[in-house]
Amino acid sequence: MFKNILFNRPFEIKRIPGFQSLALFTFACLYGPILILIVYSFNSSSSLGVFESFSFRWYVAAWENEKVQEAALRSIYLATIAATIATTAATMAALATTRTKKFRGITFIYVVINQPLMIPEIVTAVALLVFFAMIKIATGYQGMMYLIIAHTAFCIPFAYLPIRARLESMDLTLEMAGADLYATPWKTFTRITLPMIWPGIIAGFMLAFVISLDDVVISEFVKSAGQETLPTYMLGQLRRFITPETNAIATANIVVSVILVTGFFLLTQRKK
Amino acid sequence: MTTTFKIDSDDSAKKAANVVRKAQSKDIRKRWLLSLPALAIIFFAAAGPLLIVVIYSFLEPGDYTGVIWIFTTENWFNVVMERDIFDDNLVWADAHLSIFWRSIKLSLVTTVMTAIFGIPTAYFIATRSPKSRNIWLFLITIPFWTNLLVRTFAIQELIRNKGVINKFLQWVGLTNEPIEMLFTDFAVGFGMTYVYLPLMVLPVYASIEKLDFRLVEGAYDLYASRWQCFKKIIVPLVRPGLIAGSILVFIPCLGAYVTPRILGGGHQLMFGNLIALQFGQGKNWPLGAALSLTLMILVMIALIYFVKVTSSDEKKNV
Amino acid sequence: MTNNDEAIEITNVLKVYKGDTDVYALNDVSLMIKKNEFFTLLGPSGCGKTTLLRLIAGFEHPTSGTILLNKEDISLLPPNKRPVNTVFQSYALFPHMTVGGNIAFGLEMLGWSKSEVTTAVDEMLELVKMQDLKNRRPAEISGGQQQRVALARALAPKPQVLLLDEPLSALDLKLRKQMQIELKRLQSETGITFVFVTHDQEEALTMSDRIAVMNEGKILQYGNPKEIYHHPENKFVANFIGDSNFLSANIENENAILSDGTILKFKKHHDNKVSGKKTILIRPEHVHMEKGKDTKSSFSGKIVNIVYFGTDTHFHLELGSGETFTVRKQNTPTEKNEFEIGWTVNLMVEQNAIQILND
Repeated sequence: MFKNILFNRPFEIKRIPGFQSLALFTFACLYGPILILIVYSFNSSSSLGVFESFSFRWYVAAWENEKVQEAALRSIYLATIAATIATTAATMAALATTRTKKFRGITFIYVVINQPLMIPEIVTAVALLVFFAMIKIATGYQGMMYLIIAHTAFCIPFAYLPIRARLESMDLTLEMAGADLYATPWKTFTRITLPMIWPGIIAGFMLAFVISLDDVVISEFVKSAGQETLPTYMLGQLRRFITPETNAIATANIVVSVILVTGFFLLTQRKK
Repeated sequence: MTTTFKIDSDDSAKKAANVVRKAQSKDIRKRWLLSLPALAIIFFAAAGPLLIVVIYSFLEPGDYTGVIWIFTTENWFNVVMERDIFDDNLVWADAHLSIFWRSIKLSLVTTVMTAIFGIPTAYFIATRSPKSRNIWLFLITIPFWTNLLVRTFAIQELIRNKGVINKFLQWVGLTNEPIEMLFTDFAVGFGMTYVYLPLMVLPVYASIEKLDFRLVEGAYDLYASRWQCFKKIIVPLVRPGLIAGSILVFIPCLGAYVTPRILGGGHQLMFGNLIALQFGQGKNWPLGAALSLTLMILVMIALIYFVKVTSSDEKKNV
Repeated sequence: MTNNDEAIEITNVLKVYKGDTDVYALNDVSLMIKKNEFFTLLGPSGCGKTTLLRLIAGFEHPTSGTILLNKEDISLLPPNKRPVNTVFQSYALFPHMTVGGNIAFGLEMLGWSKSEVTTAVDEMLELVKMQDLKNRRPAEISGGQQQRVALARALAPKPQVLLLDEPLSALDLKLRKQMQIELKRLQSETGITFVFVTHDQEEALTMSDRIAVMNEGKILQYGNPKEIYHHPENKFVANFIGDSNFLSANIENENAILSDGTILKFKKHHDNKVSGKKTILIRPEHVHMEKGKDTKSSFSGKIVNIVYFGTDTHFHLELGSGETFTVRKQNTPTEKNEFEIGWTVNLMVEQNAIQILND
């Protein structure tokens, strides 16, 4: 209290002593390891502790590595398809479950849609491994469909949440006005509802895309031989420690994340 | 002034009720149809396969992979017990139990640690001006969207013997030998705290953001100290966010696989690794199935507990 | 009242919301709205006026009863099939379309050709004097301008009835008074039947051809403003519109006998025979005060409070019967107080000014 009088500081009701320092410390700790990772990805030597000189050596190596190319392409392909299907299904589900009185079964639908979020990934991974193994024996199919369906499934709740949020915050009277002005239910949807929830749909797509791109556990268990995604490739490269090449890939991954988060934020902040 | 027409009100009421009823059921049917794609996909690739896991947990393990279709409850025993190979007695499966214990212990510790660092961080963000608040939110979301592998690798590089921390300590002269941090329980806990921190911050932030600080003003007006205010006013009102954050941290921790694998190096197994083992070297799919279901049950118990706490909060109108 | 006059006939409409207790939002409502009239539904919050509007628009169905529009039963038609348009309280302008786009919307839904639409939109913009704002978005224009766009949008499809749900409540006083005149002008220019909902009795009195006063799901009285104001049928209507003095009296033939014996002669408004204990209404501005106690009129009271209002002064009196009474007197430029607190004054009231209430 005396400090306030001495330094003429007004009483800040929101200040809790120590919290600001702790918070800033936490942010530093959060970014520290990532920054170290980034810095060392440019290290020309492969040793960790000593920073020799700045070099793109490992990026070049990763870029030219055929396996890396294949894995990266597969990851992007997988993420695009899974996110697209997931977002479509999630949009339909969001329309079905929002802005309505509770009808019989709505809780059931809600629980099922969010189920991937509530069950530990390892359990889902194992279940899919077992289930798909049965199908593999029965049909002999070894293609990408397993990965695609698995990814789509766990992407759905992630796409669902932003779309649902956007729908719930939408002004109901707008659709009433549409009906009042002779729009059929379908026209009301395409001319009024859809344009208004579109940012939410894009945000959902981006979230789903990132989740799919980053997935390790389920991909690891569901993939057939040779079907590496970028994360499973990186995990496979792990002997005891990570290789510098993996380091470079990891940094590239961080850059992609930053770009996507920026986009996501720009989309969802423009809500007002 | 008003002429009332005698119309049979029963008739029009019946017609009206009929139209309303038909429209309502058409609406519900439409909603079910819209949900169908999502439901179908998730049933096929998430919920449905779980049923097979349940079945598998009651079958005998095949020689390499897969199962033999003979019914047995042996696997469920093996979750917590094992048969002594000599005298066929049932003893506690120490290996398994120590893994369970480690998982629960580390998950609890991680939850507490993320709370200790997460609450001030969330509070800090929530008390910034609206413009800078977005920037801070952005900063905390980036690690969240960065690959789990990448973040775990980053920790590995930090705490390994040849890593940054050890190099720094030796350079400053505090130690001569590197401190063994990697491949210990500490490493796994440290890593999980680092990885799951944003998951605690975001829900707590959401709760604090909704807080009406005029209540805090009222507390100060009534002679509360800063600490009392925090303890008696802010924390109770922010509880829902705390609980949500705890769920979001504790449950993934219980089932963690990647982080203990990379930072535990195969020695510090957690539940997830034990399960994975059965489908790899362990070659015991049914046991893996039983273990998975056990993990699921533990998670459900934790969830129910959390939900109960939340709803009793709501009943008490906290 | 010929049958060709009626635009909307509402007959025995009930609207019940089922729940733990059944809520009767509309309780046996019957009403007839004429073509080309400015009709107002007036009442406090929760009286059912907005519910009735929504039933006419088609956003809800009546639980029982019928609604006829030009002799056609529209009670169960969906809203996009009724030639009725609504101006919403929140305007409900589509934020992702321009002003022109908003106005064009209904016409596009009806399938008008592009050139027809453009012509109509420009016509509407001229009507509400917003030609310059055609390409702006709703977020970029003021509240008053948004309101006019909402109007234009609803008028563009040339509906048979225009419904307005408290459209002026969000505007500040001056703007509101301007819009009241605007709306009146629009109604007479377009010849469309307007059904207007408000809780502001002054608004209702100034704008309407006829008013229906509602409370708790029922219509208490409806008629033209003069009738409603001068001859309210019950306490609620009397109280809701304008200031009132209620006195208990015993009615015998053409005499109203107050509790202290004062006899007031009144003129009967309709032929119904009234007698017995009733409440009578006298408006504060219909009473004339005179100094001193005069044997000519035994209707007198003592001044207990004086409140100055700028345009007039209210005198609060206590009558011989113990009841309170307010007299409103228009102020003159002279500053001298003609009456003081504590004085006993004579009250003169015209026979026409005494209204007998039904409850």
